[in-house]
Amino acid sequence: MSEHVLRMQGISKRFPGVHALDQVQLNVRKGTVHALMGENGAGKSTLMKCLIGIYAPDSGTIEFNGQPVSIVNTHHALSMGISMIHQELSPIPHMTVAENIFLGREPLTWYGLVDMRELNRRTSELLGRLGIAVAPEKKMVELSIANTQLVEIAKAISYDSSLIVMDEPTSAITEAEVANLHNIIRSLRARGVSIIYITHKMDEVFNICDEVTVLRDGRYVGTNPIQALSHDLLIQKMVGRELTAMFHKEETPVAEPILYVRNYSGKRFRGVSFQVRRGEIFGVAGLMGAGRTELLETIFGVHPHTSGEIYLHGKRVEIRRPSDSIRHGLALLTEDRKLSGLYMNATVRDNISIANLLRYLAGPFVRFRKVAADCERMRQALRIKTPSLLQKVRNLSGGNQQKVLISRWLLTEPEILILDEPTRGIDVGAKAEIYRLMVDLARSGKAIIMISSELPEILGMCDRIMVMHEGDKVGELVRADATQERILQMATGLNLATASA
Amino acid sequence: MNSTAPPTTKASSFRATAISAVARHATGDKLRALISQYGIFLIFGLMIIVASFLSPAFLTTTNIVNVIRQMSIIGLIALGVTGVIVSGGIDLSSGSVVGAACVVAASLAQLPDRAFYPALAGSPVLVAVLAGCGVGALAGLVNGLLVAKTGIPPFIATLGMYTAARGAAMLYTTGRPLSHLSDSYNVIGQGAFLSVPVPILILIVMAFVTHILYSRTKFGKYIYAIGGNEQAARVSGINVGRYKILIYTYAGMLSGLAGLVVSSRIGSGQPGLGVGYELDGIAAAVIGGTSLSAGGIGTIPGTIVGALIIGVLNNTLDLVNVSAYWQQIIKGGIIVGAVVLDQRKNRGDR
Repeated sequence: MSEHVLRMQGISKRFPGVHALDQVQLNVRKGTVHALMGENGAGKSTLMKCLIGIYAPDSGTIEFNGQPVSIVNTHHALSMGISMIHQELSPIPHMTVAENIFLGREPLTWYGLVDMRELNRRTSELLGRLGIAVAPEKKMVELSIANTQLVEIAKAISYDSSLIVMDEPTSAITEAEVANLHNIIRSLRARGVSIIYITHKMDEVFNICDEVTVLRDGRYVGTNPIQALSHDLLIQKMVGRELTAMFHKEETPVAEPILYVRNYSGKRFRGVSFQVRRGEIFGVAGLMGAGRTELLETIFGVHPHTSGEIYLHGKRVEIRRPSDSIRHGLALLTEDRKLSGLYMNATVRDNISIANLLRYLAGPFVRFRKVAADCERMRQALRIKTPSLLQKVRNLSGGNQQKVLISRWLLTEPEILILDEPTRGIDVGAKAEIYRLMVDLARSGKAIIMISSELPEILGMCDRIMVMHEGDKVGELVRADATQERILQMATGLNLATASA
Repeated sequence: MNSTAPPTTKASSFRATAISAVARHATGDKLRALISQYGIFLIFGLMIIVASFLSPAFLTTTNIVNVIRQMSIIGLIALGVTGVIVSGGIDLSSGSVVGAACVVAASLAQLPDRAFYPALAGSPVLVAVLAGCGVGALAGLVNGLLVAKTGIPPFIATLGMYTAARGAAMLYTTGRPLSHLSDSYNVIGQGAFLSVPVPILILIVMAFVTHILYSRTKFGKYIYAIGGNEQAARVSGINVGRYKILIYTYAGMLSGLAGLVVSSRIGSGQPGLGVGYELDGIAAAVIGGTSLSAGGIGTIPGTIVGALIIGVLNNTLDLVNVSAYWQQIIKGGIIVGAVVLDQRKNRGDR
């Protein structure tokens, strides 16, 4: 057995309210491709951020090439020979491919200027070697998403690192490009480079990886050679937890459909149709990048749609902007509370009432007493824990922030509530309360659409589940037929492969 | 290098189709791309044609030289401001730095019988020049340190300098102008070489140097990288703070140089000189395509054309007797129009 290039032992990391990593280990052998697997929120990204110095772990040790190290930032990691293909790190849009790849390492001419010719030559040599068909002089902003991702891969490889972390490197590229990337990975491995490969795509894991480490809920599950695993066994390891008694789901009687979306297409999803009934919780499952958020934001009118129709109570409605859908009784809780939902520096009262101020006007003035009364009602109904309605939202816990946002939309008295990852980043107790609230709302006759990456939550809460894969609706499951394995298979596109084979 | 796997036939045929697709795409959009990239130059050309029809006096050598000489001071400021905006910042202090730099320079360039510092009377003009540029660079250095080390928004840091530098200039001369400057100093603003006025020569040299600096050196590349995506620049190992300090210092130095030119032009160092120049400099950069909304976009040729557009506009409106009040209104419209165009262009890019 070859020696380890990386040994991470006993890594723990806490964030306020969340134990993101709890005594996790990851040991990568030299010259191997090591898959790091787990559901969304299992702690993969956090662990990698601890490795390359974006986070400092609360405890644990990291050994790289046999030496204990403490990595302070990404540049430090790079200089030691650890590079990473960042998922979320976008390139510098108005600089060229060559300038992006060799940023910080530009070749100079003898008189001190950047040697553009040499820069482009090195880039085209690198890209040629990797079989990537992109011109070095092209600006990043002109590239497709797939090519942008390929350039990021080329950049990570160009550092000649001994360990490369690839975080979902194939999320945007085509089959042929994936095959090419896997060839590149094999040749890197043959040269003794080690790779940590993060993906949700099962077939890739079995195609390219030597060993697999599985994390679940921030804990280490185990490390196995790939030969010792099967698809089912791996999925079991990733999911493998009992459904807790968190979900107080009640069966709802079948009622009439309220919303009918027909053949809806937009950016990053195509031809999606589904119906939602009164009193129903309708789940939308899929991996990151499956187009779930884009679909529902487009239905809500945040992005333009390219084709398709929406019917409410059997009547065709045209939704062009969010104000249209609010008027028709839709409400949307966005995925990222801080970015597009809450005004962090405003008070609880203002956050709850902002979407509804028109109702509280007396002439040009806001009737604050009425506002306060309604907000107080919401606070009690949803049990928002805040010392006062005039507290700034910034000072509330994640769960209570989420409740404030839900209150805001409940005040608009919607018929259909779209919740995008409603329990992301909030603690277990608050999750249970959000679930209870969802059941109450459904019982009161509202329809709820929930996007969630947490399968137990989808299974525990939803009457019907739509599964999406790379912008397409793969299928729909009713509560009784749904299992974690089944959903994960559909979401990874596995049954597509078997169906076409 | 040669240990990489040979490309499979599948991969290389894929590559060929990808390349031909790229090529087809390029010919189709070429015209549109050209117009969007060189739009500002087209507009400038159009303005010249219109101006020469409106007034026969426009296309005379004297008038053209006049236009360029008038815009040279704003042009110098705009060169530095462009770099600052490209890096994702802003510099509001340029006008006040002009005032501060010009009084310090003038105080070292007065005729011996009037000398501000009798002990230094008769020093070579180079001392005054270095002092003026030095004062500018110092003010810029402080701006840069504030932005890089304290993390306060550049708007606030340079707003502070805007007020403080003007105050310092007033304090230095107790509010009075410093006249009776030496002839060698006055050459900077009033002289000519081969019948080209010195201010124009200074602008040409500095524009060339700055263009090379921004487009061909590491420093320049990093300014664009920091403005385009500061986080990406940081993880690539670029010392972001250092380059921010450098670009503010360079912009300050150019403001100091503009101060030398303007005081020498009128033969007097006045602490009140340069009021509003920072906004003209920003306007020239923005009209020339530097993006205030997204960093990492902007060029020196664009900025020079931007400054020329303002110059030609003022000149033409003067020639056809449009009132100064209308001129301001029109100028305002053009600045806003340029930014609207810029937003469109950048939206089209996505």
